[in-house]
Amino acid sequence: MDCSHVFDFKVNRLTLVFTLFLALFFVTPLLYAQEDTSKATVTAHAEPEAEKKFNLGKFALHHIADSHSWHVIGDTFIGLPVILYTQGGLVMFNSNEFHGDDEAKLVVERAGQRFVKLHEKIYYAAETANAEGQYVELDANHHAHNARPLDFSVTKNVCTLLLSVVVMLAVFLNVANGYKKRKGKSPKGLQSWIEPLILFVRDDIARPNLGHKYERFMPYLLTVFFFIWFNNVLGLVPFLPGGANLTGNIAVTAVLAVITLIIVVTNGNKYYWKHIFTPDVPWWLYIVLVPVEIIGVFTKPIALAIRLFANITAGHILMLSLIGLIFVFNSVYVSIVSVPFALFIGAIELLVAFIQAFIFTMLSALFIGMAIEEHH
Amino acid sequence: MITGSIAAIGAGLAAIGAGVGIGKIGSSAMEGIARQPEAASKIQTAMLIAAAFVEAVALFAVVVALIAN
Repeated sequence: MDCSHVFDFKVNRLTLVFTLFLALFFVTPLLYAQEDTSKATVTAHAEPEAEKKFNLGKFALHHIADSHSWHVIGDTFIGLPVILYTQGGLVMFNSNEFHGDDEAKLVVERAGQRFVKLHEKIYYAAETANAEGQYVELDANHHAHNARPLDFSVTKNVCTLLLSVVVMLAVFLNVANGYKKRKGKSPKGLQSWIEPLILFVRDDIARPNLGHKYERFMPYLLTVFFFIWFNNVLGLVPFLPGGANLTGNIAVTAVLAVITLIIVVTNGNKYYWKHIFTPDVPWWLYIVLVPVEIIGVFTKPIALAIRLFANITAGHILMLSLIGLIFVFNSVYVSIVSVPFALFIGAIELLVAFIQAFIFTMLSALFIGMAIEEHH
Repeated sequence: MITGSIAAIGAGLAAIGAGVGIGKIGSSAMEGIARQPEAASKIQTAMLIAAAFVEAVALFAVVVALIAN
C-alpha cells in the first residue's frame, strides 16, 4: 500500500502545528515571568514536619497522582499553567503562585476571586482560615466542602501527553520520510527500529484476529500500540521528561478503551448484533442471556481500561514502595537490599510496559475481530 | 498490636488466586512448548493473553482494595 502521497502535504502542516504548539509552551512561562517576578523556582515552605513519621502509602499515592506543577529536584518545581473556568469567566495563572503549597494555606487572588490548592485540587478559598491555617471547610474525613471551579489546567499528565505526541510525531515522520526517500531499499536508522514493531503489530496482532480486513484497522492498532508503549516507557523514566503516570491514569486508559468500544460498535456486522440480541438458544433463555451479552459489550472496554491502569499504577507503587522502604526504616543500609531490588523490578516493568501495550492492542483487535467476523 | 486496613488482606487473597492462575498457565505453556517447540511463538502469545485475563482479576481486587482503603 503506497501512502507516501499523504505525507507530501501533511508534513508541512504538521510541522507548523508543532511549532505553534511548542511556541505556546515556551511563551507561557515568559508571560508569567512578567507578572510573577518571583523566579521560576520556588522553595516549598519549610515546616517542622521532619519529626513526623514517613507515610509510605501517602507518599506513593501522591507520586502516582496528577499534579499542577512538575517536580524537578529537591525543592525545584516547574510551574504549569492553571486554567480555570470560574463564575467570573476564564482565569489563568502559573501554578508556582501557590509556592508549593498543597494544603490550602496560600490564597491566590485573580479577577476578584480567591483560590486555594488542596491535594492537587483547586477550590474557591473560604473567607477565613480554619484552626490549621487552611482556607477550606473540612469535614470529619478531611474532605473539603468548598465549591470548585472547572479545572482545565495543563497539568503534568497533559504535558506528558503533549510531549509523547511530539516524540511520536518526530519518530514516525522521520520513519515515513525514510520510506519515501529510500523506496524499495533496505531500512536505515530509526526505520530499522520501527519496522519490526509495525510488522509485529500487523502479523501477530492484526492479521490473526481481523482476517483479510485487517488493513482498515491498522492505523488505530498501530497508534494505540505505540501511544501506550511510549507513554509506559516515559512513565518509567524517573527524571524530568518522564515520571508522569499517564497510562496509569484511569481517565487516559478509559478514553482509549472508549475509542475501542466505538470502533467495535460502529463496525459490528449483523451477525455480531444477532449474537447479542437473538442468540441461538431457546427463547426463554433470552431473559438471562440478552442482558448478559449487553453487559458484556461494556465490560470488555472497562476491563481493558482497568487492566492497563492497574498494571501501570501497580508498577509505579511497587517502585516507590521499594525506594520508600529506606525512609520507612530511616536507615541508609536498607538501600543495599531495596535499590538492587528496585532495579530488578524496573527491568521487569520495562517488559510490562511492552506487554501491556501488546495486550491492549491485541484485545482491541480481538474485540474488533469478533464484531466484524463473517458467519460461516 | 497489628494495625492496618483489612483491604490489605483482600489484596493478598487476590494475589494468591492470581498466583495459582498464572502458575498454571505458565506450567501448561512450558509443557506445550516442550512437547512442540516449533509452536513456541503461538503458545507464548496465547499464554500472555490468558495471563493478562487472570492478572486483570487480581488487579481489579487491588483497585477495589485501594478505593476501599
